[in-house]
Amino acid sequence: MTRVSELPDTEHLLSGNRACAGCGIGTGLRAITKALDGRMVLVNPASCLTVLGGMYPISTLDVPWINVAFPSTAASAAGVRAGLRAMGRDGEMTVLAMAGDGGTADIGIQALSGAAERNDDFIYVCYDNEAYMNTGTQRSGSTPAGARTTTTMAGKRENPKDVPAIMEAHGVPYVASTSAAFPTDVYDKVVRARGMSGLRYIHMNTPCPSGWSFDPKDSISIGKLAVDAGVVVLYEIVDGVFRLTGRSKSLAKAGLQVPVAEYVSGQGRFKTLGEAELAGVQRWVEERWSGYVARDAAGLRRDAP
Amino acid sequence: MSVRVMTGNDAAATAVKLARTQVIAAYPITPQSPVVESLSTWVESGELPAEFVAVESEHSALSVCIGASTVGARAFTATSANGLAYMTEQVWWAAGARLPIVMCVANRAMAAPWSVLNDQQDSMSVRDAGWVQLYCRDNQEILDTTVQAFHIAEELNVPVMVCYDGFLLSHTMMPVDVPDAGTVDGFLPPRTAPLQIVDTADPRNVGPVTLADPRPDADGVLQPGYMEFRAMHHAALLEALDAVPAADRAWAGITGRSSGGLLSEYLLDDADTVLVAAGSLVTQLTLVADELRAEGVRAGVLGIRCYRPFPVGALRDRLAGRSLAVVFDKALSYGYQGPICEDLKAALYDGADSPAVHGVVCGLGGRDVTPVQLASAVREARADLEAGIRDRAPYWIGLVEGSMR
Repeated sequence: MTRVSELPDTEHLLSGNRACAGCGIGTGLRAITKALDGRMVLVNPASCLTVLGGMYPISTLDVPWINVAFPSTAASAAGVRAGLRAMGRDGEMTVLAMAGDGGTADIGIQALSGAAERNDDFIYVCYDNEAYMNTGTQRSGSTPAGARTTTTMAGKRENPKDVPAIMEAHGVPYVASTSAAFPTDVYDKVVRARGMSGLRYIHMNTPCPSGWSFDPKDSISIGKLAVDAGVVVLYEIVDGVFRLTGRSKSLAKAGLQVPVAEYVSGQGRFKTLGEAELAGVQRWVEERWSGYVARDAAGLRRDAP
Repeated sequence: MSVRVMTGNDAAATAVKLARTQVIAAYPITPQSPVVESLSTWVESGELPAEFVAVESEHSALSVCIGASTVGARAFTATSANGLAYMTEQVWWAAGARLPIVMCVANRAMAAPWSVLNDQQDSMSVRDAGWVQLYCRDNQEILDTTVQAFHIAEELNVPVMVCYDGFLLSHTMMPVDVPDAGTVDGFLPPRTAPLQIVDTADPRNVGPVTLADPRPDADGVLQPGYMEFRAMHHAALLEALDAVPAADRAWAGITGRSSGGLLSEYLLDDADTVLVAAGSLVTQLTLVADELRAEGVRAGVLGIRCYRPFPVGALRDRLAGRSLAVVFDKALSYGYQGPICEDLKAALYDGADSPAVHGVVCGLGGRDVTPVQLASAVREARADLEAGIRDRAPYWIGLVEGSMR
């Protein structure tokens, strides 16, 4: 595993960008662009990332960046790849699609499913800040149960979609779950994905101070707490073989370090979460976690007996 | 060059192959599907060295073309009706991003209720999106126009929609003169993409959020705001008023065939009553003009080949001094009138020697339109005009009022 001190020095995300203070996207994007060594084209729909990118004619990333329509990310990326291939430019750069959780789990999932079924050749990163943050914190299919958003003022009732599992069911060669609070985990996964071909899907949790309602200085610690509580799990599935990575790998031996209650207590979005609901979320987390641990121990393909 | 008997869809696919299109993406919808069936077969066999992306929706079909065109590839898709409506967001995107994509639309009625048959409501409904829209009279024009469409699109950096009537042309066999590859290569060189730069050595942020007002870049040079981009786009579309006839002339120079440029004409020079339409109706109206001429009516036909940009100058010029224009629309702006009719009225407004313009709605949802009915509608319009009626609500051909409850 790469250590922070070993990450390349070159920065592709320039300073002075428009991300909110403490935004996890910037942290994650730094690691991603380092992992691709700037040899990439970013395909990005309407999202917080668009805002981070700056307004014409100012840009905050020194790699090619193509803005695309909200539902179209995966299809647009497939087109970029097809165009590069048709022009004999296939080896020039990695095509990196990067969309938010709404743009992935909700409006973008049809195009993503199509691209996954075709195994189109690009890396797709969903940065998951767990709601429509760019439009002011409305619920998405990735918003956790109990979270208050502007369209779930009493707290969302449903658990989030498991998009990595949906992607795994498509049989794509690489699926990973990571967190911007662990930039080296992000980096290692993008490096691994870069060396593969076909559709590679990386789900990256990105804490959001404004949408989750916490102090921006706590962004990384809250992201780490999510992993320690088992709410976010670091893993990768390479050609169908599952393994936990990084902090989650350690937790498989040590056990989850903190209850969900501790994770939610530092975030204003969970202030309407009642005890019974919290217990439900805790059960949901533990069920998922034990499944991940069992799969990691077995090292088996999903469809293996 | 060889004459082959083929459907309109075959003519479109053949043109796309001749154009050495590099990326094709499509989703099936009647009556367009045979276009991309042919193309996918040719890509599979290696006859057409292109990328074929079989997408899961029309929205993605145009999205793939947008991605491919953004990195400089020549891209094509085709659709009809609800498929076009489903990709409408991307119809606007392709135009605003100034991408020279070519799309064939086999014109079909919009649901609900379902109809797979022809009218032109689909493409007329996206006339404002900033594409050049060309309408074809027959299968030869579909081939010729589709090749020309790439030429026009890449010259102006605007997308071009080639519209032809579903089933009436898409599935009807006609003899089509197919030029050889060398002829087309001479007319249509490989695409150069000066506006599309996707290069890690020269990184650009393509299509970011743009403010209303112009804004200086990092070097202090003032760059356009949203409105300036739109004005440049509009200017490019107006340039098509020259580029479309120029492409037609150049094509005629090497093939001997002209589609008329912006407008097609039949017996127009001395005509007093002018029949106006777009698409295969224009061919049909030539029979009507013949019939009316036999009755002593000085009738002629003016076909709209280029609907966007709307050829205002050419229309004013060719209609000046006539007494009546009868416009046949296979579409309707609900609550108003046919789109060609309303556009023509606006174009002729206040012209001292402009004709009266009477609108006719016909052929919706594949309703058969006969020359007898068309001629009858013209006679009715002439009678109205003689009674002093210079403007009237659209006249519907063939409506069976007794069935409407």
